[in-house]
Amino acid sequence: MITLDSVKVGTELPPLVISEITRTTLALFAGASGDHNPIHIDIDVAKSAGLEDVFAQGMLSMAYLGRFLTNWVPQERIRSFEARFNAITPVYAIPTCSGRVTAIEPTGGERTATIDLAVTLADGTSTLVGRAIVALD
Amino acid sequence: MTAVIERGRLAYFAKAIGESDPIYSDIEAAQADGHPDLPVPPTFLFGLKLDVPDPFGWIEELGVDMHFLLHGKQAFTYRSMLYAGDTVTLTPTIIDVYEKKGGSLEFIVCATEVTRADGVAVATLEETLVVRHPGLEIKP
Repeated sequence: MITLDSVKVGTELPPLVISEITRTTLALFAGASGDHNPIHIDIDVAKSAGLEDVFAQGMLSMAYLGRFLTNWVPQERIRSFEARFNAITPVYAIPTCSGRVTAIEPTGGERTATIDLAVTLADGTSTLVGRAIVALD
Repeated sequence: MTAVIERGRLAYFAKAIGESDPIYSDIEAAQADGHPDLPVPPTFLFGLKLDVPDPFGWIEELGVDMHFLLHGKQAFTYRSMLYAGDTVTLTPTIIDVYEKKGGSLEFIVCATEVTRADGVAVATLEETLVVRHPGLEIKP
């Protein structure tokens, strides 16, 4: 956790490198999250949609970003969290979560920080960009 | 739909995303950190909405082929923490439908209000689904 009064515009969150995504990761996340869409866990379904292989659930990457955020700030301070999915995450990918404080301002009676977030794969592919607003005091 | 958030399910979710902070999987660690039970992590509510017998039925009823469905955006707004043992009611509403690129991409925006059993509105989810209509794509 960070000392919140040291946060300023430009503060970078320590990057979080995720372990390689395996088929087991996708199967466990399907069961745990409740998203049983077979395109992420059944290669036959993926092929029937014209894809070569299954690919990771977008919400798995957003869950990693959530982990990254709550590692940095107590969860009760998160006011909002959003993400846009840019590209699929293939099996064997190694995603990295990163974030940077881009604004600090008063919002509804408290001071909040806006954090621009990203998930990037080892080959540079941007799979997800997002934003969170967290209360500082 | 109404659902009880189960402690074991949250611990399983924490394992599936590689969460190492014990407050998300160990009741004693959560309580030592001041929480009444395991906290519901930031994105968990998304999947809870899918925990019904036919979660994609409504979208298939709209005539959408699931093979051409993409998750474009997801947003959460939080008003209160939720914990294992809480009962929540999720109320989804389609709030916008629009198209781009000459109709080859159709966007469906769905907002879901999450209310705890004590009546407190705890969170709002907003997802943007993108439906590809490859037949309408303009070839260069």
